[in-house]
Amino acid sequence: MELLISTGVGVLVAAGVYLVLRARTFPVIVGLALLSYAVNLLIFSMGRLVVDRPPILSLHLDAYTDPLPQALVLTAIVISFGMTALIVVIILRSFLETGSDHVDGDEEGRLTETGERSGR
Amino acid sequence: MSNILALPIVLPSLMAAVMVLAMRHDLVLQRIFGIASVTVVLAISIYILIRAASGEVMVYELGAWPAPFGIVLAIDRLAALMLLLTSVVALLVLVYASAGDDTRGRHFHALFQFQLMGLNGAFLTGDIFNLFVFFEVLLIASYGLMLHGVGPRRLRAGTHYVVVNLVGSTLFLFAVAFIYGVTGTLNMADLAVKVADVPAGDQAILQLGALLLLVVFGVKAALVPLHFWLPATYSSTSPPVAALFAIMTKVGAYAIIRVYISIFGGGAGDAAWVAGPWLLPAALVTLVLGMVGVLAARSLRWMICFSVIGSMGTLFTAIGIFDPIATAAGLYYLLHSTLIAAALFLLVDQIALRRGQTDDRLELAPVPAQGDLLAGFFFIGAIAFCGLPPLSGFIGKLFILDAVQFNPHWPWIWALILLTSLLAIIGFARAGSLVFWKGRTVAVEDPVDEEAEPAFKAAPARPVPLAVVALFLLGTALLTAFAAPIGRYVDATAAQLHDPVDYIEAVLGVATLAPTEEVEE
Repeated sequence: MELLISTGVGVLVAAGVYLVLRARTFPVIVGLALLSYAVNLLIFSMGRLVVDRPPILSLHLDAYTDPLPQALVLTAIVISFGMTALIVVIILRSFLETGSDHVDGDEEGRLTETGERSGR
Repeated sequence: MSNILALPIVLPSLMAAVMVLAMRHDLVLQRIFGIASVTVVLAISIYILIRAASGEVMVYELGAWPAPFGIVLAIDRLAALMLLLTSVVALLVLVYASAGDDTRGRHFHALFQFQLMGLNGAFLTGDIFNLFVFFEVLLIASYGLMLHGVGPRRLRAGTHYVVVNLVGSTLFLFAVAFIYGVTGTLNMADLAVKVADVPAGDQAILQLGALLLLVVFGVKAALVPLHFWLPATYSSTSPPVAALFAIMTKVGAYAIIRVYISIFGGGAGDAAWVAGPWLLPAALVTLVLGMVGVLAARSLRWMICFSVIGSMGTLFTAIGIFDPIATAAGLYYLLHSTLIAAALFLLVDQIALRRGQTDDRLELAPVPAQGDLLAGFFFIGAIAFCGLPPLSGFIGKLFILDAVQFNPHWPWIWALILLTSLLAIIGFARAGSLVFWKGRTVAVEDPVDEEAEPAFKAAPARPVPLAVVALFLLGTALLTAFAAPIGRYVDATAAQLHDPVDYIEAVLGVATLAPTEEVEE
């Protein structure tokens, strides 16, 4: 199971990094989502992989799994979900205003040049 | 009484919610409540600073859960100092924005309050995961502020800013997961104790987590090679937001100071000074690149953006030495560079407003209206930034040069700081003489400007923005005048950071101390 989880995290990160580096905005969004899935799995596994144990301390039980990573993952999921929604809106707006889904807003990607020249 | 410690976080968040719900159509009401809220936070942070100055570490347990099980707010001298700096900058920037910049889009004031909540939370919290959450809060607010009054250019720079920071947030989570995996805690004080006991077999994971955090904070602080997002973002957003963002880079600096001095500092066993080999070289490259950027800039905003990068380089040079005297010098420089960056962003906006279509480009154009006053401000700002006597930039750099003289690399550091100061002087002198002197040779009957005349002639009528710029410059003058007491404060702060025993005892010992304290009261 350790091998499965760690390979899963590795593949997700690799795919995520590859997609984030693409020039079109849609793959970038998917890449960010994959990265956040990878990190959620990693946080989860950092509480050690324990099967069939409740995440709560009780006098009737002799074993439990670490509940804190589960709480952390929950927070991380909520935040990454919100962030994904936000970036979809921003990128959609950018596409509608510039008419291009290139991450630089146009095909040549002249951010610094025009960025410096045009006013606000 | 100690509930007051949570107010710098709670008050802006409540105020933002009230603004969105109850006064979203009334800009005047939003301005009044926004400024009132920041003023209250400023008063609280002065109170907190006075308490922290005695060396007391104030701890507030959220939900009364004792550390390390619950999340705590822990306020030492450094947190109090950053809180006060944030409040001062926020108040002045908000006054500036209320003079007209907040009309360009909706919800400026609500976003501003959320931003303030995130900043204050990041400075006050004593828990690394909570730091991540407050980073997210301030980032979400900053995305909104950055795109406030959108245009295609701002959206394009904004997309980069958001994507870079989202990747940064993901890395933050990776780092937190690794650190939690080997230490089993995320409380900063508890971490400072436990990293020393991490077995040799887990050191690789621990140090990987620690260095990943350095990358995350480096992104926030625009440390080379992670600075690419900064010039485009800061130069394309609205000026009050850029001025407020002057404090955003300092959040990265704060986090680096906190994590790599107090947690991975001298007491961290095998992981001691884990950032040591990386921070100083990166800082020196940042310094050079920033100041060369100042020299190469073709517009005023672009120049100020690179000057921010350069000053982060100077700051991290001091921090990267990792000894108490240098840290103290760095903290003094941090105060100075925040105030001066905010002042310059606002000043450049005022200059650009008065230059019609030439805007902030470094090209020949008639001298802006009120040219003498603006030139005076620009001169003071440039002197303060470049580190010429008598203003605080000089004192800050002097402290840093003095502090590094026992470091083996001191010739490099001295040479680079002094040379880059020269570059900055040349850059600012060139810009100032082009805008304010050579402009005199250009006749005002420039056909392009006559068309734009009504638009920019109307702007100078308002004295408030100029008064805010003057107040920021006065702030650097005050830093100079009170350099001795401030120097003592930052010395004490650095001592507290390098020997975090008080901090750890205050946070972890509270569980046992709390009942007796109540009896005494």
